[in-house]
Amino acid sequence: MNRCNRLATVVAVCLGLLLTLAGPAAAALDAAALAKLASEDANERMEAIDAIAAGGDEAAMRVLTALQDGLLRVTPKGQVFIKQRGSLLDALTGAAVETEPEDLAKISINNRMRSQVEGVMAGLRIFSTDPKQRLEAARAIEPEEKMLATLDKALARESVAEIRDVLEVARAASQLRSGDTGARLAAITRLAGSRDPKIKTLLLALLETDAQSRPLEPDARVREAAADAVRAIDRRLMVYDFAQRLFAGVSLGSILMLAALGLAITYGLLGVINMAHGEMLMIGAYAAYATQSLFRARFPGALDWYLVCAVPVAFLSAAAVGVVLERTVIRWLYGRPLETLLATWGISLVLIQSVRQLFGAQNVEVANPAWMSGGIELAALALPWNRIVIIGFALAVLLLMWLMLTRTRFGLFVRGVTQNRAMAACVGVPTARVDMLAFGLGSGIAGLAGCALSQIGNVGPDLGQSYIIDSFMVVVLGGVGQLAGTVYAALGLGVASKFLEPYIGAVPTKILILVLIIAFIQKRPQGLFALRGRSVEA
Amino acid sequence: MNRKQFLGTLIGAGLSAAGLLSMPAVAADTIKVGILHSLSGTMAISETALKNTALMTIEEINAKGGVLGRKLEAVVVDPASNWPLFAEKARQLITQDKVSVVFGCWTSVSRKSVLPVFEELNGLLFYPVQYEGEELSQNVFYTGAAPNQQAIPAVEYLMSKDGGGAKRFVLLGTDYVYPRTTNKILRAFLKSKGVAEADIMEDYTPFGHSDYQTIIAKIKKFAGEGKKTAVISTINGDSNVPFYKELGNQGLKATDVPVVAFSVGEEELRGVDTKPLVGHLAAWNYFMSVKNGENTKFIKAYSEWAKKNNVPNLDTVVTNDPMEATYVGIYMWKQAVEKAKSTDVDKVRKAMSGQTFKAPSGFVLKMDETNHHLHKPVMIGEVQADGQFDVVWKTKGPIRAQPWSPFIPGNEGKQKL
Repeated sequence: MNRCNRLATVVAVCLGLLLTLAGPAAAALDAAALAKLASEDANERMEAIDAIAAGGDEAAMRVLTALQDGLLRVTPKGQVFIKQRGSLLDALTGAAVETEPEDLAKISINNRMRSQVEGVMAGLRIFSTDPKQRLEAARAIEPEEKMLATLDKALARESVAEIRDVLEVARAASQLRSGDTGARLAAITRLAGSRDPKIKTLLLALLETDAQSRPLEPDARVREAAADAVRAIDRRLMVYDFAQRLFAGVSLGSILMLAALGLAITYGLLGVINMAHGEMLMIGAYAAYATQSLFRARFPGALDWYLVCAVPVAFLSAAAVGVVLERTVIRWLYGRPLETLLATWGISLVLIQSVRQLFGAQNVEVANPAWMSGGIELAALALPWNRIVIIGFALAVLLLMWLMLTRTRFGLFVRGVTQNRAMAACVGVPTARVDMLAFGLGSGIAGLAGCALSQIGNVGPDLGQSYIIDSFMVVVLGGVGQLAGTVYAALGLGVASKFLEPYIGAVPTKILILVLIIAFIQKRPQGLFALRGRSVEA
Repeated sequence: MNRKQFLGTLIGAGLSAAGLLSMPAVAADTIKVGILHSLSGTMAISETALKNTALMTIEEINAKGGVLGRKLEAVVVDPASNWPLFAEKARQLITQDKVSVVFGCWTSVSRKSVLPVFEELNGLLFYPVQYEGEELSQNVFYTGAAPNQQAIPAVEYLMSKDGGGAKRFVLLGTDYVYPRTTNKILRAFLKSKGVAEADIMEDYTPFGHSDYQTIIAKIKKFAGEGKKTAVISTINGDSNVPFYKELGNQGLKATDVPVVAFSVGEEELRGVDTKPLVGHLAAWNYFMSVKNGENTKFIKAYSEWAKKNNVPNLDTVVTNDPMEATYVGIYMWKQAVEKAKSTDVDKVRKAMSGQTFKAPSGFVLKMDETNHHLHKPVMIGEVQADGQFDVVWKTKGPIRAQPWSPFIPGNEGKQKL
């Protein structure tokens, strides 16, 4: 930095100081505080954020939002700009800049600054006219003693009950470190009814001890009250914990069910050991990818809805591959399970390699549409949208399949052929055609499953390999030839592994589940539900 | 050419065509270089880019006249994320293709699998990825980071005021040798810093794991037990995509529980929407966002190469740390060959010690005289909304590697070859 520059900075700092001294009204935004945002020293940067927030006006909000989004740029001389799409604004005045200065460097921000910015912005937004913004701000406020004044001011103005509630909790949380024992006790009483893990963390801090294991909190009554409150919150959180695990289990179960439903038809009803079943899932997932690419190229406006279109595409493409497979290979091998197994395994290798040739060996990116990103948060419960949608989708597929098998003529034929092929043929059921269509249906449903899988996992040529074992496990456990068995087995396996996982870890859970299934099949080879009747043994 | 000779050539050509599909007709005056990276399977997400970088660097060297006046010829094989296949392919590269050097491997389990082959046949391997240390071989040059050049500084940063002052740690990894050993070192390190046993949680998932629901719920619960918590992730390969997706969907924010990853770079985040992940961290020795002349050149060269070779998703190509380490490794090998005036493994090994190279990280890296590791700078970056990393902390200069971690008992005095 040359002397001239240094002088300029000194003058700017002095001016800034003068302005600050002149009173808060004049201190809208000062260049020195802005320049300090780019300082090497973290503490100086944090001070600068506070100084800017103290202005409390539109300009301050603009700068802080830009800082949060990583849009602030600084020249070597310390002049700060906001880079927006296609234009550059002077951070100080908000005016657009015509020529971009050289050597613009990004002002980066770390987590510590990020939470500070969030805190001070919440302190500003809490007085917004928009109740939605106020609620968000109330939730984001950092519970610290210095926020008390702001919170009191906000509470005095607030009329919406929901926001008042959040503010009161924040106010109580801010008082946990207050010097007044009565205030601390009152705060703990207010917080004992919470369901928020963060509040629990704050209360736990009161119970901490120092290096000599002396309690940091001087008052025994406060410690006791805090411990009681923590226990009360823990009890409530246990319910959420249970609900969370159940949800995870049902979610995994729904995925297993989707993957296994198609197999329940091809293996369960037709008796074909289809080792290429996993590849039908993969084809479905790649169909979703192809649809997404098509939408990206042709209809970028409707990109969010590509998935709706991908569902039938996935079904039809997987079903078509299935029908071709049945007509060309599998129908020659009916009644020869070993040959079917080997042939379909070979087909699965061919399919994997063809996809590798077509789309490359690397995983492809299938994005969640905006409406499937994020999730619902109910206190301590987080339910991601993509999983909720998949559970719903699995139920819908199950219902449609059930209707098709029990309410349509085609379903009647399929059931007839399953129960007694010779008799069905005698009464005029075109068994070969039914076989072909049923195989196509099973493959198509696998395609639907692949489409759903593309939303939560990776899409690559090997996708099917990781599901084929699970699918067979579900069908065998549920009982061959039974849809209901598949449903129960899938949900049971999903919930069981999700309840085991937190205790013994993901790898041992996989092993244990497999061992349990083997033991179960030893005892009961027909699975959970078995078809009864003379036809079964035939 | 008489008939006998012609027949001989024909048979020879037929044999080599049958044996090695990847090898074109051999010109006598090239130096063969093996590239051993998974182009399929769970590790393809990370390793394909390294193969591309190696090919680009070789092309770059050839365009400037090659090495010792001879052109380099790349022999690319695909071990398909299958660890025993790595050893098989390595043997094939050394004995059949007679390559002078191999650039390859990502996971430590693959490196452990090829190590006996390289030692038996006296081959030369350049390994470009950060790893757990606890190994030193005559036949390997490690151009990635040792634990003290990545893991330890990252944890120190998390414990510092700027990193959030974490007091509780979740050690989360894929179940194999690298995460297990790294976590063993970190556990010992954390204990030396006074972190209690109860404040450390360790968890592992299999390769290719895709359901991180319960693990994230468990992390949330652990973080709720009081004190600032941070997650140290050694998850490898494509499992990272579902892990980060779930992290975003379940709303675990970096300001609450930061996740620092050792095997996640720009390449792994390409398939992920990073907006909910802003502020999560990665520790490396290079980031694409680093600004200097070497890096600009490197990025430009790679994106041009990608365009020319029509790499999939080429509009979003990125560079990352192991790619830089591959690039540095190939150039250092070239310098060593030129110094030794030979591609003989023993001579090149001797010439490698003390080699320096001006790397895209903006520092002059030196190959240590005694321990086959590079002196590297350490950088910590935070994920940005555009999938890039912002460097929030870095060392002043390159630091020397300690392949034998002082935090594992019995390692004293094991620092040299």
